[in-house]
Amino acid sequence: MSDEVIVSARDVHKTFTVTKTPGIFSRLRGARTEINRIEVLKGVDLDVHKGQTVVILGSSGSGKSTLLRCMNKLETIDSGRILVNGHLVGYEERDGKLVDEKASVTAQKRTDLGMVFQQFNLFLNKTALGNVMAPLQDVKKMPREAAEELALQNLKRVGLLDRKDNYPSKLSGGQKQRVAIARALAMDPSVMLFDEPTSALDPELVEEVLAVIKAIAAQGTTMVIVTHEMQFARDIADVIVVMDQGIIVEKGTPDEVFFRPKHAKTYALLKRSGLAVEPPAAS
Amino acid sequence: MVLALVLGLLLALARISKSRILRGIALVYVEVMRGTPLLVQLVYIFFVLPAIGVNIDPVPAGILGLGLNYAAYLSEVFRSAILSVEAGQTEAALSLGYTPGKALWKVVLPQSFIVSLGPIGNYFIAMVKDTALTSVIAVTEILKTANVINAQTFETTQVYTAAALLYLLISLPLSRIVSALEKRARVHV
Repeated sequence: MSDEVIVSARDVHKTFTVTKTPGIFSRLRGARTEINRIEVLKGVDLDVHKGQTVVILGSSGSGKSTLLRCMNKLETIDSGRILVNGHLVGYEERDGKLVDEKASVTAQKRTDLGMVFQQFNLFLNKTALGNVMAPLQDVKKMPREAAEELALQNLKRVGLLDRKDNYPSKLSGGQKQRVAIARALAMDPSVMLFDEPTSALDPELVEEVLAVIKAIAAQGTTMVIVTHEMQFARDIADVIVVMDQGIIVEKGTPDEVFFRPKHAKTYALLKRSGLAVEPPAAS
Repeated sequence: MVLALVLGLLLALARISKSRILRGIALVYVEVMRGTPLLVQLVYIFFVLPAIGVNIDPVPAGILGLGLNYAAYLSEVFRSAILSVEAGQTEAALSLGYTPGKALWKVVLPQSFIVSLGPIGNYFIAMVKDTALTSVIAVTEILKTANVINAQTFETTQVYTAAALLYLLISLPLSRIVSALEKRARVHV
């Protein structure tokens, strides 16, 4: 592991605005448009070093997925900074303020972050091979033969070479997710982001996907993983981060977090998954 | 048909664009075209436009009228097809470094085109039949020709049955082709 920081988040704040417009009849009775603001991130700091595997734990609504999605600007941030390889993604700084940058520049920077989604999001009109090849050709402008060769290499990494000509509709959930991993890996990003990669899978398919992720981690890929799989987190993580209500409440090695949890929330999470050792001394 | 497809797609893109002006223009166009009869539109193009100095021959006028009208309907087909593609597809493309435009063009549109093949085929067949309306602006199409022959021979039954059969002869293979295309494209989505 090196000291080089790949992703650095500083004091990140994010608010979702939910606008509820009442129907015409309620409006006639005097109802107003309701604007609810929900603070999902309330000042998050996080460093991901090169080669590190950082696992983010937390109950739903804690802001963990949002934090991940802010890293490649699938979500915007209100304030704070997220640097990837030293650059803001999706923004320029002007007079100390964040301003949206050109979409083409953002697209270029996003190739540095591979993302794997809960719902796989394979391109449905393309085969497994076609899915991995598409961004190589469309984004990296690789010629067809080179793209195919690289795509095949990456399908091999996830053990799906024999399924290369299958369309997503003919693949199991676990296979779809492995293709999605191959597609992101083929772009050779400097960090892989996993957003609950096994949450949409049948229990018997979870293991094959986790095994692939472990193998990739073992090859030294920098990763940030949001997951509910506690045992997996303990096995794979260099650093575990626990989030609750928009802040990081605990950060440490798996041993520290699992055996000496400092925060009540961490203990509650451990207890729910049957991994709790002893309650925290003070929360 | 090509005019209707291209203009329809442009209108659909305008309707889902971020620009309020583009959305407004497209919406007004679609509502006006769908809210007035095709027959009136054809008559308008052929008889009213010359009054402001735009003279169009019958056949181009007919093609233009049908194209402009069907573009409005097709734009709605495209719009709903584009919106039916899951947001996750776009997110995946963006995360892989596609620009928003490229994600639309390379990922979303190909999938929405498959979804819209059936409705496009239906409108295409309807359009073939609506060519009958162009007879009012003196296009020598099937119905017009039938009228002429009928006037000469007075064999009313035979002439108009033959005309109807001709339309059927064109539309039946078309609907076959459409469903075959749809079947082939749909296998995987």
